[in-house]
Amino acid sequence: MMPDLLIELFSEEIPARMQARAAQDLKKLVTDGLVDAGLTYGSAAAFSTPRRLTLAIGDLLAASPTTKEERKGPRADAPQKAIDGFLRGAGLQFDQLERRETPKGDVFFAVIEKPGQPAADIVAKVLEDAIRNFPWPKSMRWGSGSLRWVRPLHSILCVLSDEAGLASVVPLEVDGIVAGDVTFGHRFHAPAPLRVTGFEDYAAKLRRAFVCLDAAERADAIWNDACNQAFASGLEVIEDKALLTEVAGLVEWPVVLMGRIDAAFLDLPAEVLQTSMKEHQKFFSVRNVTTGRIERFITVANRETADQGATILAGNQKVLAARLADAKFFWENDLRVASGAAGMQTWVDTLKAVTFHNKLGTQADLIDRMAQMAAVLAPQLGADAALSEQAARLAKADLSSEMVYEFPELQGIMGGYYARAAGLPEAVAQAAPEHYAPLGPSDAVPHAPISVVVALAEKIDKLTGFWAIDEKPTGSKDPFALRRAALGVIRLLIENDLSLDLDAALSAAAAIVGPRGDAGTLAQPSDILGFIHDRLKVYLRDQGLRHDIIDACLGSGGQGDLAVLVKRARALEAVLRTEDGENLIQGFRRANNILAQAEQKDGVEYSFGADPKFAETEAERALFAALEQAGAEIKPAIAAQDFGRAVAAMAALRAPVDGFFDAVQVNAENAAVRRNRLNLLSQIRSTCGLVADLSRIEG
Amino acid sequence: MADTVTTPRSFQEIILRLQAYWAKHGCAILQPYDMEVGAGTFHPATTLRSLGSQPWAAAYVQPSRRPTDGRYGENPNRLQHYYQYQVLIKPSPPDLQALYLGSLEAIGVDMALHDIRFVEDDWESPTLGAWGLGWEVWCDGMEVSQFTYFQQVGGHDCTPVSGELTYGLERLAMYVLGVDHVMDMPFNDPSAPIPLRYGDVFKQTEEEYARWNFDVANTDVLLRHFEEAEAECLAILAVDHDDPKTGKRIVMAHPAYDQCIKASHIFNLLDARGVISVTERQAYIGRVRALAKQCADAFVQTRAAGWQPDAVA
Repeated sequence: MMPDLLIELFSEEIPARMQARAAQDLKKLVTDGLVDAGLTYGSAAAFSTPRRLTLAIGDLLAASPTTKEERKGPRADAPQKAIDGFLRGAGLQFDQLERRETPKGDVFFAVIEKPGQPAADIVAKVLEDAIRNFPWPKSMRWGSGSLRWVRPLHSILCVLSDEAGLASVVPLEVDGIVAGDVTFGHRFHAPAPLRVTGFEDYAAKLRRAFVCLDAAERADAIWNDACNQAFASGLEVIEDKALLTEVAGLVEWPVVLMGRIDAAFLDLPAEVLQTSMKEHQKFFSVRNVTTGRIERFITVANRETADQGATILAGNQKVLAARLADAKFFWENDLRVASGAAGMQTWVDTLKAVTFHNKLGTQADLIDRMAQMAAVLAPQLGADAALSEQAARLAKADLSSEMVYEFPELQGIMGGYYARAAGLPEAVAQAAPEHYAPLGPSDAVPHAPISVVVALAEKIDKLTGFWAIDEKPTGSKDPFALRRAALGVIRLLIENDLSLDLDAALSAAAAIVGPRGDAGTLAQPSDILGFIHDRLKVYLRDQGLRHDIIDACLGSGGQGDLAVLVKRARALEAVLRTEDGENLIQGFRRANNILAQAEQKDGVEYSFGADPKFAETEAERALFAALEQAGAEIKPAIAAQDFGRAVAAMAALRAPVDGFFDAVQVNAENAAVRRNRLNLLSQIRSTCGLVADLSRIEG
Repeated sequence: MADTVTTPRSFQEIILRLQAYWAKHGCAILQPYDMEVGAGTFHPATTLRSLGSQPWAAAYVQPSRRPTDGRYGENPNRLQHYYQYQVLIKPSPPDLQALYLGSLEAIGVDMALHDIRFVEDDWESPTLGAWGLGWEVWCDGMEVSQFTYFQQVGGHDCTPVSGELTYGLERLAMYVLGVDHVMDMPFNDPSAPIPLRYGDVFKQTEEEYARWNFDVANTDVLLRHFEEAEAECLAILAVDHDDPKTGKRIVMAHPAYDQCIKASHIFNLLDARGVISVTERQAYIGRVRALAKQCADAFVQTRAAGWQPDAVA
């Protein structure tokens, strides 16, 4: 049996959000240190609770292996001085040197043997280094000491059990804290010291002392118990993984309690209840399965009590009532403003004093630009212009409301409630929460026309504004989330299948934003469009559409309309999957290559249009006819955005193109015939180019 | 665990028990500072005494004012004027958590029935240029105290580190006494000849101040007072340390700091009146912080901070 090592760093309460990471950091620092010193191990597991970081290492070497270092010295006939110097460097006596024959004559060698170090010595050093260099996100000093830890460190447990299973403390002292074999149980249930001999003993004794060591086990226990209690009352817990992890980091001995929300608060918006309970109290929300209304809460205590948690629950309910009284106070004040004479405009006026960005004006300026942009976009997107403008003017009004001041994450959501309370049209109310969307690649995209217009206005303004002040994203830096804004524009247009000339929209936005920044420049719409195209390629790649297909479509005009661009790309992709499409690409490449070589050689461009009268073979004449027919079909199909028909017409060229190459030698002896055939190849390129620039297709 | 602890009957009994407890544990029991402050931390016994090398242990009640928290006495536990109980021990003793829990037991919190938790809360006072790490202490989900290890005050590293405990007295007392609305809380003993509730003492003043804070306070006058306090603070600090009259070296850290406190409170009033925009807000906080830092600079050059004449070149 190989030695096992148990380490516990016992401190005052570690912030929940730091625990998991800290356990992993401890594991990495210690195991890396051990391995670097030659101590390999079989297994390592790290644990955390609010008061401890624990590391259990199994099957550790008892000592680092002996190492031999061989140094080549001077030749045997070297001056004595050189030999003495070598001996000093190696720390050896003359008779310890080895004399070996080499092709260059006899040479002295020093073989320095370094004996292995016992595990305890290595562990002591590695652990001290780990403690002194621990990468806490924030650390502190305490008392008169200079050691830094996340909160005061009280004890170090470091026990090594040898081959025989005998446990011994690793001698170690860090700033006056002497390592031992003692830990402590739950702060209130079992605070007495516990002497332990190894990990199993430790975990078992802790469990008896009301400490569940494993955070995942605590989280599971909390979630299962919460769900069971809710289920027993015909209710369900609203899942919140981040909250569950946090709560599991606040307790060593979780006890789940379900409480009621006072009836006076049940009519507050669900989002307000949930946010207030989560942010302030770290409660889970429990809802009625049928009505969806949040009626109860789950709190997690850190102990058992003789009254089964009755006092704790009553206390929590009381605190919640006070919190919700405050939320209700904000809610009622806000409702009074929203439904007052000046309505939500009161808030917009206050936003004149709130800076959006020092080079882009106040929040009120932003709102004004959004309203102008919405008025431009609405007619093009089939939305009511007046309603769109009104919605844009009010979508961010709630930023001055008391509720959003208290809970910034409720922005937009509250605006919707307040707009309804003010008797504004539903579409205007709906736009308040929805205009922020989509917030990411998986966030839902709004579909209501007014919401879409305001959401686009917000994002186009944002891109244009930050472009104007030269705050474009670079590398991994995107502090204003402009990539997300561009993705938002893309998803709003494509997932709603909306046709919009982005070129024109971005030009309009550039004029609305106006000259900005130190240089007083306008945003360049083409730059922004290029940025959007780059994001579009990423977006479509995630949906399995190749970037070269997008490039091919971008190469044939009409780039400003993303919905059209995507339709064209999808049609092209579909046809490229067919045998005709695949072969057409081969034929196209062949034509293009021959043409490119000839153009380079002859120094002319063959784009004059071929004349059928020089056609010598049936295959040649057939290609003439096919190209004419394809051109006649593709042009109107593209104009009608019927890309299926357009690509089908293009794909129909496959047979005549193949037939042509089978039967015809392009580089004919007769110069006129050759020139005519090259011009015919050029016509293949230009006809296909009506659909897409096939030269961009890879593979 | 103390098994003889009885449940207190009034707000003042809780205060008296805390005073007795911390006196027993070696703190000097000070009296409230005689100026308007936003929190017990502003008392020079905390702000200034947490600086320098000299050991310190003090506890006191501090009436505190937060104009924006006024609710006309209607909210069950939000007040624009309330009491904090403040403990500052330098260097922080290793058993400070245990000492703190002992104080809760002393005021009748039964550890066997309640759920006490230390929840991360890093303390930062932008106006004092101060920060520390610690927790909010929760009792059954209610924040009953702030527990902080001071790392920096007035821009100076705290060496040694002070441990600071701040109890929100009304909330804590309401909890211990089982009262749902602060105004219903017994202030003195309910069986006293003239029993007084918290509301008898403070309901009217909450209304008066809420109205004044939010709607009436003359902002022009307040703005002028702010400027004056700032100017006076800087003027005091600019005076030569050597007093020509007494021939003594007298650094006027405390009088200067009074002006800093004044400026801070006036800023809070202006904030409640809603006349400070978001951008201005940062600028005002920065101005108060600059005062606090200079006061701290001055204080560390005094005997109370461990300054010695021969230690200076």
